[in-house]
Order: sequence, then C-alpha cells, then structure tokens
Amino acid sequence: MDYHWNWGIFFVQVQNGDETYLDWLINGFGWTVAVSVSAWIIALSLGSVIGTLRTTTRPWVVMLGNTWVECFRNVPLLVQMLLWFFVVPELLPKDLSMWVKQDMPAKEFITATLCLGLFTSARIAEQVRAGIQSLPRGQHYAGMAMGFTTPQTYRYVLLPMAFRIIIPPLTSEFMSVFKNSSVAFAISVLELTFVSRQMQEDSEQGIETYVAVTALYFLCAFIANRVMSFIDKRTRVPGYVSAK
Amino acid sequence: MFFGLDFSVLAPSLPFLWTGLQYSVKLTLIAMSGGIVLGTLLALARLSSNRLLSNAAQVYVDTMRSIPLVMVILWFFLLIPLLTGNPVGAESSAMLTFIAFEAAYYSEIMRAGIQSVSRGQVAAGDALGFTYRQTMGYIVLPQAFRNMIPVLLTQTIVLFQDTSLVYIIGAKDLLKAAEIAGKNYNRPIEMYIFVAIIYFVICFTLSQTVKRLQKRVAIIR
Repeated sequence: MDYHWNWGIFFVQVQNGDETYLDWLINGFGWTVAVSVSAWIIALSLGSVIGTLRTTTRPWVVMLGNTWVECFRNVPLLVQMLLWFFVVPELLPKDLSMWVKQDMPAKEFITATLCLGLFTSARIAEQVRAGIQSLPRGQHYAGMAMGFTTPQTYRYVLLPMAFRIIIPPLTSEFMSVFKNSSVAFAISVLELTFVSRQMQEDSEQGIETYVAVTALYFLCAFIANRVMSFIDKRTRVPGYVSAK
Repeated sequence: MFFGLDFSVLAPSLPFLWTGLQYSVKLTLIAMSGGIVLGTLLALARLSSNRLLSNAAQVYVDTMRSIPLVMVILWFFLLIPLLTGNPVGAESSAMLTFIAFEAAYYSEIMRAGIQSVSRGQVAAGDALGFTYRQTMGYIVLPQAFRNMIPVLLTQTIVLFQDTSLVYIIGAKDLLKAAEIAGKNYNRPIEMYIFVAIIYFVICFTLSQTVKRLQKRVAIIR
C-alpha cells in the first residue's frame, strides 16, 4: 500500500486559515451533537404525541397518525433533507420565503434539525404505539375502573408503563439519530461528515481523517448508549420488566 | 401553474431518470443478495462455539452498526483504490460497500431467525446422523429464512432508501440523476419533488406488501 502516513496532521494548520485540523474536528463534533440532540428533543416530544394518538379509538385521528408515519418512513432521509432545504422555502408565502432564503439565521442548522427531528418522530411514534399496544388490556380497564378519564388513564397508567417497556428500542433510535445526523452534510451543515470530506481534501490525509471522525461517531454511540442504560436502570419497575 | 412550478420538464427527463432508477434497483438487489449470504455466514460465525470466530463476527457487526453508512461509503471509496492499487469507479465501490454494510444488519436478522428455530430441530438433525453442515443446510437455515422473510424484506426497503446516500461519492443513482436533470432544465425544485414521489410510491407499495405477507407467514415453532 502506497500511503504517506502522518498522524501529526491534526496539529497542522489548515491551508487557508489559522486554525488547526483539530479545531475543525472539534467544531464538527459540536455541530453533530447539536443537531442530533435538538432533533432528538423534537422527535421524542412529537413522536410520543403521535404514537399515543395512534392508539386512540377515533378513526380519523389514527389515520392522521398513520399518514404521518408512512410519509416520513417511505422517503429517504437524504431526499427529505433536500426537500426541506430547497423545496419547502419555495412553497412558502412570498415574504416568508424571501426571509427564509436570505435572512434566516443558522438556516442549515435549523433545517437539518427540523428534518431529522420529524423523520425520527415517525420512528418513535411507531415504538410508542407498539409499547402502548403491548400492555395487557386489563391496564386500560383498571384505569376506567378507577374512574379515570381517557387522558388520565394514559397519563397515570398506560404511558408510564409503555415508556419503560420501549427503552431498549428507544436506545437504538437515540444512537441512530447521531448516525443519521451525518446526512446533514448534503445541505452543508458543518458536522463531522462534512468536516471529514473537507479535511480529507485539504490535508490529503484521508485515513487519519476518517479514523478520527469514525472514533468520534463511536464516542457518540457509546455515550448515547450509556445515557439510555442509566435511564433504564433508574426507571425500572421492580419485578415487572425483566430486572437483570 | 401551482406555486409557479412547471412539471412539463419531467417528460423529457424520464429516460435519464430511468437509468438512475435502474442503478438504484441494481445496487439494492446486489447488496441484498450479497448481504444476505455474507450476513448468514456472519450469523453462523456469531453462533458458533468457536470463541474466536464468534467474537470476530460480533466485533464486525457491532462496528458496522455503530458508524453512519455515509462514513462507511467514504471509507471504502478511499481504501479500495489504496489497497488494490488501481482506481475504482464510484458505482463499483458503492456495491462492495453496501454488501459489507448490509451484511451486518442482515446477520442480526438471520441470527434471530436461527434462534427462532426450536432446539428440537437441531436435535432431530443430530439423531439422523447429520453433520453440522447438513443440519444447518437442510433443517435450520430453510426454516430460519422462511420465518424471517418479512423482516428481511423490510430491511431491503430500508436498504433501497439508503442507496440514495451514494450521492456523497457521486455515483449516478436515482437521486443524482434527478439532480443532474434538474440542473440541465434549470428546474431543480420539480425534480426533487418528483424523485421524492417515486421513492414514496415504491417504498410504500413494498411495505404494504410486506405487511400483508407478514400476516400469512406465521413463525413455525
């Protein structure tokens, strides 16, 4: 293999500027985390609402929830990213459209976060629905027997159990958000994948660059996993969900 | 026109989009067949009693599953020319990448499939005097595969959507074709909408079919 190794590349200055490549990587890591965590917050709140609605008894509400999920699940994330960035501003009213295209601050970041958040919300909605439906019917009846209204039954009986049950699939969703945030490269968010291409072209040290970026993605996955497993341990119902 | 959009540019660009779609489908089918074969081997390695083999398979699968596909695509695109010494096109590089990447996901599915076959079946193989290879080939794998068909297909739909990511190395798939056509006719907005609709129609139809199939294929226990 004909390759010129240079592991010191991270401390070398970039070609046009006074930062080092390490600064680029740290910046990219910051954007990856910022996009992923904000998208996760949107996804979790919206996904819980939509997932819950899909278990209600009103057909049109269920249908609305199903449509939401199918729309976001059947179009590639990259295509959705491009749609939000290039197409949606064109479809807005004229003044708003001009503002979004010219003056909106942090346009790339907001678009990427919104897109990834909505995309993930559909997947979370699916998990939440499955979680609620996996509960025995008796739980719902118990709520009714206590004289709870439907919202109360959800709030005090069904949701607290359902969310605990779906922590394992939510863990993998949380890890996926970090991986999926890489698609934001397409609309020039300066996150890790974008930086890895930029640094590879600028420094011509592809392997070192990718090793560093891959390691940072590993770090994200690892931290996401630890955070969820901490929550899992703290919220476990004694004697119910298989206590390890 | 509706929002000032002009969809009349779609008709002349259809042949071009068709070649893009053909590449996307070809990539999906190759990655699926290669991925399932390699994935099954990985699953067998993972379940084998040889510690070294099973650990190696686990490390491979976990690694692939914790990095973004885009990074894997970039890695292969960088490494294949370095290792083989001659440049490879984006299209062929993408094929190898997807086989290697999807194998990790298919292997998790096949592992679940193999574990869904009851132990008595393996014992039956032993009782007939079958070797390991015969037990797996004639008894366990056919059932595992059948049980997992809906899940394998669902993963394939995800794979089809993921093929759009070859965009990053410039391979001409459906999305890239739409982008080029959009530039040529100066109508990128219409092209993006159209391509989103194509993806939606294909994936939605397939996922509804899988759902129907799922009801018919009950897991044998």
